[in-house]
Amino acid sequence: MNLRKYQKVYKKFLHTSLAAELEYKANILVDLITAILSLIGSIFLLSIFFQNNGYIGGWKFEQALIIQGIYTILNGITNTWFNPNLTEIVKHIREGTLDFVLLKPIDSQFFISLKKINPSGFLEIMLGFFLLFFCIRINQINLNLSFLSLSLITMSCSICILYSLWFFISTTTIWFVKTWNAIEVLRSFLYIGRFPLNSFSFSLRIFFSVFIPIAFITTIPSEVFLGLSQLWKISLEVIIASIFLITSRKFWIFALKFYSSASS
Amino acid sequence: MAQNIIHVSNLSKSFNISSKKPGLKGTIKHFFRRQTKSLKVIKDISFEIKEGEIVGFLGANGAGKTTILKMLCGLIYPSEGSILVSGYLPYRRKENFLKNITLIMGQKQQLIWDLPPIESFYLNASIYDLDKFEAKRRIKKLSEMLEIDEELFIPVRKLSLGQRMKSELLAALIHEPNILFLDEPTLGLDINAQRNLRKFLQKYNKETNATICLTSHYMKDITSLCKRVICVHEGAISYDGKLDLLLKKLSPVKEILIVCRSEEDAIKLENFGFDVKNKIKNEITIKIENNSITSALKTILNNFNIEDLFINEPPIDEIIGRVLIKKDYDI
Repeated sequence: MNLRKYQKVYKKFLHTSLAAELEYKANILVDLITAILSLIGSIFLLSIFFQNNGYIGGWKFEQALIIQGIYTILNGITNTWFNPNLTEIVKHIREGTLDFVLLKPIDSQFFISLKKINPSGFLEIMLGFFLLFFCIRINQINLNLSFLSLSLITMSCSICILYSLWFFISTTTIWFVKTWNAIEVLRSFLYIGRFPLNSFSFSLRIFFSVFIPIAFITTIPSEVFLGLSQLWKISLEVIIASIFLITSRKFWIFALKFYSSASS
Repeated sequence: MAQNIIHVSNLSKSFNISSKKPGLKGTIKHFFRRQTKSLKVIKDISFEIKEGEIVGFLGANGAGKTTILKMLCGLIYPSEGSILVSGYLPYRRKENFLKNITLIMGQKQQLIWDLPPIESFYLNASIYDLDKFEAKRRIKKLSEMLEIDEELFIPVRKLSLGQRMKSELLAALIHEPNILFLDEPTLGLDINAQRNLRKFLQKYNKETNATICLTSHYMKDITSLCKRVICVHEGAISYDGKLDLLLKKLSPVKEILIVCRSEEDAIKLENFGFDVKNKIKNEITIKIENNSITSALKTILNNFNIEDLFINEPPIDEIIGRVLIKKDYDI
């Protein structure tokens, strides 16, 4: 793979999608306001849960805010990259414009996963980081190299799991053509990621760890922030993320064999 | 002598198609128990195309022309048989193969809707790994050939269909491919835009010796661009050869309307032995075989007092229309 070429293409993707988004100023403004209000609403909701009892699943409000911060960053990444690109796969397949993607001398997964960005998602990412820095202060977390590298590893794994899940569902469009509902179900599952895994019953914990590993996405990085992480959990997250990423890639290549293109 | 660049041998393609009965009952049944059947849309076809050739694929809607083009460019996998394009198996979509081909579809677009076409051109240039100066040179050259200038800087959504199609062509040709697959490129364009597009394709073929495979329902596209046509009928090839030969075979005679100086001359001509279609006063219409037109005209001009004459070509759409519904042409 020619990395220099991919860097150049990605720069062009950034440039064109930013230029396309900036054509609609009002839309960006509404998105920015929505991101701020959504964060305020989520924190308010979380504070209501903690009003009667200072702890939920062994987590204090200040600690749970870390999960909210990580969720906000991940949601920002979802809104910046996954949502504009991966929902477009459905459109590409329904309308047959995937033809143009497949005939380009560039990796098709790279193309359809990164072609667009939604700049308003950046604000959400920034808000998430602000919240995390705030949590680092109020929880008196010691910023050292091991903490930073473990946070980076677990966060990257979370992004990979989230991307793979989304990409996997979008790929099934090649057979089922319409998969909007499945994507909506995934998005609603993601909301669950705002709460500590321990706050759920045992059966739900198993469900959200084994079947749909939403729990891994936010809880494990948060545990790293609080110094509660265990090596086996981090290793498990790395393994799960790698399996998800490789499987989604293989699944895409397999699915393309069944692509029949839309009729003209 | 030009080399064969496309080899297709015993190619077949089947699709699984689901069918649904009308009404609520049919819908419920379709939802719970979808009945699918395998439909063979391309049936054991073979042909070869030479480098630099322009070949038109003719056929009715659903005959399989687009499916053939999509298999040739590697978008869909063949069910049986083999295809070799420029030495590559298309469905593997190797980078060097993709750099050699392009697909242009009249009804689908790749340009970024909200931005001027120039942005899409530079994006494509980076995908084809062209540097900025080379991309600029090619955009300039192609835009001159396509006669577009200011349109390059206007958002695609504000361009007319003709301007958009020209821009689509430029986006698809920026990497200077040597094999072009065109699926109804003039669809929806007005007569002038169609003519300009054909002129461009002729020029491109002449300058680059690119091979062009074209499907179109506009006969003018086929007659002005293609010397060779492949007729597809229900997934099988019903004719593969020169367009001229096909037209001669399907329309072996021409009609000549002769206006004589007097009615007596017309009567004389009527009794001369020509195949007369009709006669009204001093005007007489005769049918002459294509290969004896010259000698027949000589005889008429030498022996009769003629005021005027018109040679009527049968409408090409009508002739080709017959091709679309017939299975075999033994030429």
